[in-house]
Amino acid sequence: MNEAFDIRGESHIEVHKFRAGAIIIVTLLALVIQASFPIHFAKTAVLDLPLLVTIYFGLSRRNPSTGLLLGMVMGLLQDSLSGPAVPLGLYGIAKTIIGYLASSIGARLDTEHPAARFALTAAFFVAHQGLIDLTRRILLAQPEPWFNMHLVVAALVNALVAVFLFLVLDRLRKN
Amino acid sequence: MVAIPSRHKSLVLLAGVIALQVLMLAVQVKRDSEGRLIRVWTVGAVSPFERAGSYGFGWIRDIWRHYFALQNTTKESEQIRRENDALKLQITQLQGKAAEADRLAILLNFRQSHADVPMIGARVIGTGAGTASLTIQLDRGERDGIRKNMGVITPDGVVGKVIEAYPNASQVLLLTDKESGVGAMLADSRVQSPVGGQGEPLLVMKYVPNDDAVNLGERVITSGMDRIFPRDLPVGNVAEIKSGNPFKQIRIKPAANLERLEEVLVLLSLRPLEMKNEENTGDAQPSTPGKANPPRAAKR
Repeated sequence: MNEAFDIRGESHIEVHKFRAGAIIIVTLLALVIQASFPIHFAKTAVLDLPLLVTIYFGLSRRNPSTGLLLGMVMGLLQDSLSGPAVPLGLYGIAKTIIGYLASSIGARLDTEHPAARFALTAAFFVAHQGLIDLTRRILLAQPEPWFNMHLVVAALVNALVAVFLFLVLDRLRKN
Repeated sequence: MVAIPSRHKSLVLLAGVIALQVLMLAVQVKRDSEGRLIRVWTVGAVSPFERAGSYGFGWIRDIWRHYFALQNTTKESEQIRRENDALKLQITQLQGKAAEADRLAILLNFRQSHADVPMIGARVIGTGAGTASLTIQLDRGERDGIRKNMGVITPDGVVGKVIEAYPNASQVLLLTDKESGVGAMLADSRVQSPVGGQGEPLLVMKYVPNDDAVNLGERVITSGMDRIFPRDLPVGNVAEIKSGNPFKQIRIKPAANLERLEEVLVLLSLRPLEMKNEENTGDAQPSTPGKANPPRAAKR
């Protein structure tokens, strides 16, 4: 259990801290793997590791300001690495909002159970794609279909990977 | 001054950060700018890790394909299996090197048979970091003579075009991307029409009238009209034909295996510059003139 109860019976959600440099290293690693892995294993292109890392640190750190700033940095780096066809800010805006939402929800709910992590990641993945489509539609005049089966499959695959990835990342927490 | 309640500080920060990024998007759209400086810094910082990651993951893939996949098939004793495994590991390394040598030999042969077209070999070290565009990253850049809008091919066929060149790396928009296209024609009937991507593995040939005869499996080659690719390079084969109004709906299977690219050739010529006095009749990707002819680079 990650909830601690004080003398008045109110519950507090535990805020997790990480080893020095863990967030920076994991962020860079996620971007490098995202850019390198699909060359050799084409089907892994369905994964969005930067998004999973943003969600994980948002849920764990439970500080909306930190969550949204990490999401912004992650998104802008992803934009920069995606070539001029992707304008700077497309992933940035989506991941900023997801980082904020993840840390806000993390501050209110116990998100340590694998089932909760699976459901939240799937929902955040769909929301992230929706935000990208919305940005494309409104700001870039590039309408995309809102929903297709590929999105559902991708959300489920990412959520499944997130369950195991988050267990690995849990080991970076300070005791 | 009115103090912001602490519980609202993160909301204010969120609004500020979003507004900043929306502004940045608006500036890019308005000025047709691409935030080149930020991209140069990011790619410069990350590409060495991508390069290392590419080799590392390639090694893991080879081990997986040639070692673990074979391990379950062996029924021999533990001692013999251990010896076999050790030998397989050695074979794996040799196979990897042999496969690479074969690929490079094919590239070299292709280069020698097209000696009149200046080109340079490059290794694929990364893909786009998201699903919003289909791009790959090469380990060669401006210092090797690569410039924006240059064509990228393999001996199998057309791959795409360079959309950004950095000092030591470059990014290529694959033919399957929605924004991509190439001037093409049907090899038998010589009907010309642009072929473009749609974000899926198959390409689409857009403007072939219903009256023109097209056969399944027919070869599609470059027409040279886009002034990026020379004529007669393979683009793909007709995989699906449906009648439409007023044009047929033709889907093309790309000739080059765009999902498994490891080495490519970059065409070191910007033909639009050579023909700048002629009227632009390109039927696919418009190219942006304005850069000098690239320096001759050391070829692989």
